Amino acid sequence: MELTREEESALKGEQGEIMQMAYRILLATGEATDADKLIPIEWAHLSGVNYNTIGDAGEEFLSGISKNARVKVKTTLNPMGFDIDNVSNYGLDDNFISKQLSIRKSYETMGVTPSFSCIPYEIFDMPKEGTQVSFAESNAAIHANSFDNLKTNKESSFSALASAITGKSPYSSLRKEDSPNITIRMKVDNPNELTYGMLGFFAGKVGNNSVNISGVGEMDRRSCKALCGGMGTSGTCAKFLFGDGDPGCEKVDFDKKEMNEIHDELNTAEKGDLITLGSPQLGLEEISDLTGKLKGRSFKKRCMIFCPRTVKEQARKIGYTNELERAGCEILADCCTCLTPLISKDNIDSVTTNSIKGAYYLKNSNGVDVNLKSLSQIIKDETR
Amino acid sequence: MKILVQGKTQGIILKSQHPINFLGTVDKKTGIISDKNHELFDKSIKDKILVFPNGVGSSVGAYTIYSIKSNNAAPLAMVCHKADLTVATGCALANIPLVIIDDEEFSSLQTGQKISLDTESFNPIAFL
Repeated sequence: MELTREEESALKGEQGEIMQMAYRILLATGEATDADKLIPIEWAHLSGVNYNTIGDAGEEFLSGISKNARVKVKTTLNPMGFDIDNVSNYGLDDNFISKQLSIRKSYETMGVTPSFSCIPYEIFDMPKEGTQVSFAESNAAIHANSFDNLKTNKESSFSALASAITGKSPYSSLRKEDSPNITIRMKVDNPNELTYGMLGFFAGKVGNNSVNISGVGEMDRRSCKALCGGMGTSGTCAKFLFGDGDPGCEKVDFDKKEMNEIHDELNTAEKGDLITLGSPQLGLEEISDLTGKLKGRSFKKRCMIFCPRTVKEQARKIGYTNELERAGCEILADCCTCLTPLISKDNIDSVTTNSIKGAYYLKNSNGVDVNLKSLSQIIKDETR
Repeated sequence: MKILVQGKTQGIILKSQHPINFLGTVDKKTGIISDKNHELFDKSIKDKILVFPNGVGSSVGAYTIYSIKSNNAAPLAMVCHKADLTVATGCALANIPLVIIDDEEFSSLQTGQKISLDTESFNPIAFL
């Protein structure tokens, strides 16, 4: 990768340790993506916020760099571990809470907007078509490239952080006009969001940088998010395009057989002790839809709903929150099903969810069994 | 061969034919793989030369790599078939040597072999 004189000087450490670290990360990112230069980006979205995932090493690292590091562009933030409004209901220890608040403080000191959301594409105004951004949070990077006409790598926590501090990112193929060399033919009839989550999980396993997907009709927002969440979990793939692609593309079918294999891999329980909705977090549209579906019904067991704080506040004003709480839902802002410390195998054996991404991490990180069901099936089976 | 993070070390190979999602499947204190479906389940990547196709999944896996290094549970080096940003940047920050090798070289490396890795050398990987 060609660096300008100023970038070389930063890499040598002449602009301080923080800049040197950031450029070392950008250099590794550039080499990994075969980029030939750095280009400006306008927005960075950071992951690595939840104390449950980054631990003491991450907390200390952020605390250390926050003394000197400042972000150069608009920078937003992924979910953390809890909702401060109701954290006392969930038995988290004081150490977790104080470490999480320290992480929050470090990011705020660096000038980051504390949005605590994995769906930046749903709660912020979108920049104009073709804008270069750096989104960590895999579902958001895929959504940005595939639905929002933005351009980003499937950034890591550190490459997005380095982009936030420098305002730059390597000019990789995903930032240009990338054309996939593989087409996935969707063959499953009557898909719901769970099917799309599994399709995404499959696509992530077979694709590299990007994939074409053919045979899908109109998708609602829930299904789009499920597709992005699934794909981000299983692979390195950062973009999908709808259509058959070039005639020379390798063709791979996603039929019942492929779907059942993924279902068997992630579905390990016949029923759940509780229900979680929101991985990715629910937006206002989904909250509104859910409120409608729950009219006159109540959950027979606990149901945790994860959303951004701005969505929780809007939902309260419109009156959705009252309705959802009446139906037995617990509404949590600032956090997410994915990697939540609020569900522990010490008191829960299994969780019902419609999220493939949530299922993967509940199983592997939280160590609980997962029962996969679509939202409509959850409403049918788990409410009265 | 492509060198993503420079360094010099020697040790025993632990190889996986399957990609690794560092977040959620690698214990950040011990370096032990916790995913029951993974071929390296229950094995520790600590002090090994970890050979695997590439990292997948969460962007936060980069913090996991940084954490295992801070907790003295990291591999001595990583050798991948394909570059991905989670592994590349995690290794860059944690100073874990990382190289990308082609098909043939990837097939030639097996669990249990002792190798030296020196990114400055003309032949960076040598069997011992």
